[in-house]
Amino acid sequence: MAAIPVHEWTLLDAARAVREREVSSRELTRALLERIDRMNPRINAYITILPEQAMREAAARDEELAAGGARGPLHGVPVALKDIFCTKGIRTTCGSRILHDFDPPYDATVTGKIREAGAVLLGKQNMDEFAMGSSTETSWFGPARNPWATDRIPGGSSGGTAAAVAAGTCFAGVGTDTGGSIRQPASLCGVVGVKPTYGRVSRYGMIAFASSLDQGGPIARTVPDAAAVLGVIAGHDRRDSTSVDVPVPDYLAATGRSVKGMRVGLPREYFAGGLDASVRTAVEKALGALVSLGAEGVEISLPHTEYALSTYYIIGPAEASSNLARYDGVRYGYRTEGAKGLIEMMSRTRGEGFGAEVKRRIMIGTYALSAGYYEAYYGKAQKVRTLLRRDFQEAFAGVDVILTPTAPTPAFRIGEKVDDPLTMYLSDIYTIPCNLAGIPGISVPCGMSPDGLPIGAQLLGRHFDEEAILAAAAAIEREIPLPRVAPEEG
Amino acid sequence: MEFEAVIGLEVHAQLATESKIFCACSTGFGAPPNENTCPVCTGMPGVLPVLNRKAVEFAIRTAVATSCRVQSRSVFARKNYFYPDLPKAYQISQYELPLAVSGHIDIERNGTTRRIGITRIHLEEDAGKLVHAGAFAGAQTSLADLNRCSVPLMEIVSEPDIRTPEEGGAYLRRLRDILVYLEVCDGNMEEGSFRCDANVSVRPRGQTEFGTKAELKNMNSFRNVEKALEHEIRRQIEVIEDGGAVVQETRLWDADAGVTVPMRGKEEAHDYRYFPDPDLLPLHIDEAWVEELRKTIPELPGEKIARLASRYGIPRYDAELLSSSRLLADFFEASAAAFGGNPKVTANECIQWKEAIVAGRLSPETIAHVVEDRETGTISATASKTLVEAAIGTGKPVRQIRDEKGLTQISDAGALEAIADKVIAGNPKEVESYRAGKTGLLSFFVGQIMKETRGKANPRMVQEVLKAKLG
Amino acid sequence: MAITREEVLHVARLARLALSSDEADRMREQLGDILAYIRQLDRLDTSGVVPTSHAVETGTPYRDDSVHPFGEKEEILKNAPDREDDFFRVPRIIED
Repeated sequence: MAAIPVHEWTLLDAARAVREREVSSRELTRALLERIDRMNPRINAYITILPEQAMREAAARDEELAAGGARGPLHGVPVALKDIFCTKGIRTTCGSRILHDFDPPYDATVTGKIREAGAVLLGKQNMDEFAMGSSTETSWFGPARNPWATDRIPGGSSGGTAAAVAAGTCFAGVGTDTGGSIRQPASLCGVVGVKPTYGRVSRYGMIAFASSLDQGGPIARTVPDAAAVLGVIAGHDRRDSTSVDVPVPDYLAATGRSVKGMRVGLPREYFAGGLDASVRTAVEKALGALVSLGAEGVEISLPHTEYALSTYYIIGPAEASSNLARYDGVRYGYRTEGAKGLIEMMSRTRGEGFGAEVKRRIMIGTYALSAGYYEAYYGKAQKVRTLLRRDFQEAFAGVDVILTPTAPTPAFRIGEKVDDPLTMYLSDIYTIPCNLAGIPGISVPCGMSPDGLPIGAQLLGRHFDEEAILAAAAAIEREIPLPRVAPEEG
Repeated sequence: MEFEAVIGLEVHAQLATESKIFCACSTGFGAPPNENTCPVCTGMPGVLPVLNRKAVEFAIRTAVATSCRVQSRSVFARKNYFYPDLPKAYQISQYELPLAVSGHIDIERNGTTRRIGITRIHLEEDAGKLVHAGAFAGAQTSLADLNRCSVPLMEIVSEPDIRTPEEGGAYLRRLRDILVYLEVCDGNMEEGSFRCDANVSVRPRGQTEFGTKAELKNMNSFRNVEKALEHEIRRQIEVIEDGGAVVQETRLWDADAGVTVPMRGKEEAHDYRYFPDPDLLPLHIDEAWVEELRKTIPELPGEKIARLASRYGIPRYDAELLSSSRLLADFFEASAAAFGGNPKVTANECIQWKEAIVAGRLSPETIAHVVEDRETGTISATASKTLVEAAIGTGKPVRQIRDEKGLTQISDAGALEAIADKVIAGNPKEVESYRAGKTGLLSFFVGQIMKETRGKANPRMVQEVLKAKLG
Repeated sequence: MAITREEVLHVARLARLALSSDEADRMREQLGDILAYIRQLDRLDTSGVVPTSHAVETGTPYRDDSVHPFGEKEEILKNAPDREDDFFRVPRIIED
């Protein structure tokens, strides 16, 4: 392992090396901080970097080890968090001007769990503003860039996290996924991303975009790495009423499970004509890998798939319009100057503090909930959501996992779609249905485009059956080894 | 043309829980600004609500006590609007599916019972307080104190069954008493733990369609509710009789001026964009829980008043006074049992000493003993008052105080006759005048006997003995 | 699906979003496109379908009625854009 540079190690290798005192947490942390220094100006993956604090934490972790103690499975391992998780005393911005200087009075549950596991926090990662986007171009702190090709998007909204992992600047990160925001950037950056079952990971302290869709999840370079982080952040939280009290299984062990006999559903709606050729080829290769290990491909139908985007773009914005109403300049965040009355203060604060995409979605959501429109939009969308959930329930009666592309194309160029909202929204067609149904999903790298851009395959599972999709993804990963750290010249 | 009023009352009762409805902050009154706050009730980014079970219990018990149907599934909804005292810019409330529906309260007026329907009962959170302050940076300012944010409220909406201001007052008072009996609310209008808004309209007598209604706010006592209703009904009738039309609007009661005035700046009706709150799961309440809580419902005011009146033979008015507090009613019954004599006397005594009893400064035995001693002539009426006051002050048993202070009257006929003989013998002139017709001199003889006995003679008996001896 | 400028301004006011004239125009166009796309849901027959109002429907989580003070008032106030002592200060509502 000495031949492999530190920043290319897997998280599990790093954790083992620290635990067995082959390397200190300080060495690891210093190495990654240097790499962040070098890479971040190019990829803008981090909004806040914490060099002093990280080194202090690393030193403390080393001392604890010397005294014979280890906090948990991530002891001494440097990781980072999407800037949507509250970190007390550390600026948490959500990629927005309206929270550009917000210092949370408390830690998110996920933040606490990462710390309890002994990890070292390197910094807070770039994201689409309030998690609304598929390219990390809406961040007030500038776009993040794909380390494989810095003129291209890393995906979004957890684009900073995916880029940071792919650039070797952290051993893992935790992102959030509302319509694909973990899986799609993972796919575009050639890394692994997991959106857990809704209710698996606590949302307390995870700044809300769409409450019934948001979930936090790991982004890492390998499936076992992601499984390890998932095991740390999953679990019931009394502070989140939507958190489900289901035991956390050994996700890491699941990655070693055989896929022999696994029935893999292939929804015809996701493989229709018009799918990018290189994506189709790569996903077919992933299927081939599973079949060669004894799994069985089964054609299925998810008949209401075409309505998922519309359903999402009513429910998401509706909930967001309410969740973002608290940003009114009264208790925290940006406040406009010189307003003469309260309404003017609030309106200009929000007009100036929010970017265009956020404002667009607030408008859609407000409209969809407004008097006279509720039944036609929100009410209708909730019913279609039921139909989409039913599609998956019926499918899972006959298959164990579902295999699809993660994104319709490899990474497109920065600026290419940002002014065309509808086209941008179409980036999420494969990932959105999973959030509406609340089922878990994972993206695992399975190929490269002729341009050398990563392509991922998505696996979807039953509620609380992360183990099946981890097993399948790990199998694909073993059969189709791909570089997980982008070359520096990218 | 004769008009009738159609009134519906909407009550917001603050629930007497220790902690807030969605977080663990204290609901205690009078804390310094923003002291009883936390990230959840101040709407910090990323926070989530968790429901206080006791608030649900209180609401279920209220529903049972008002004969409502508790819904097995109800849903919390967000009521969205912007205001500095509303940190999340939405209030968590219940909209389409409230906790309970279709109940009633019976009020007794002039010997008849009127049933006032209750449309719904639901749970919601309170907002904070905004106070107006001075100017700063070129603008007038307001100051927000979020202590009250998320204090649990129960909203109780009546059907528009109320027809007069007095009925409105009776309904409110009865509802308040029920809530206080259940110990779910301390029912204090002046302090704001029991608030009332009214919807008022008028229509020609006999018409079935409702007239246009106005909403009344800012009435901070039962009396003010009645006065505001009275005024508003008259105002609406005048508007119509003058050929105008009542405007649907919100009006504030101005207690000093005695009028309702339109609320300014409210031309656009709020569009609250209600939708089910995705952060809270639907509230499932099963029959078993309702039945368990039904057992904890005490005898309610209506039943108690009727029972006290009939069982103890006391006037209904007295029964109402005694039932104004459970503690007072229980005290009365315990005292009447300990005395065993005419309950009417005990009732009067309890009513007289109501404040001290409710403050817990008297025991039922004290009243029972005082009443008994007075009835047997052992003490005088004056002495009984002194004794009760002393019992309040010292907490000592009342008969002990009576003996210590030597307040036992002399009621022994023999003893009194002996003293009367003495006084008669010592005042022959007055005896002659009395027998000659100056019956007013009786008080002189009474006075003399009182002097002899240092005030301890039973005055009634003294009079009887004297009359017998003087002829 | 056309949405008028008045509707855009009405929704913006409901949402307390100050929009420049250009923004309002652009918003009208973009919202119009998005809303038109979304109307595809009208094609679906959803009669008799129970709406998914909650992602999870299992049991109601509660907390006990016990007080646990947060105890850090300054943490709550520290981000205030404007404050007077321990109050949040805001401009007064101007009656219009």
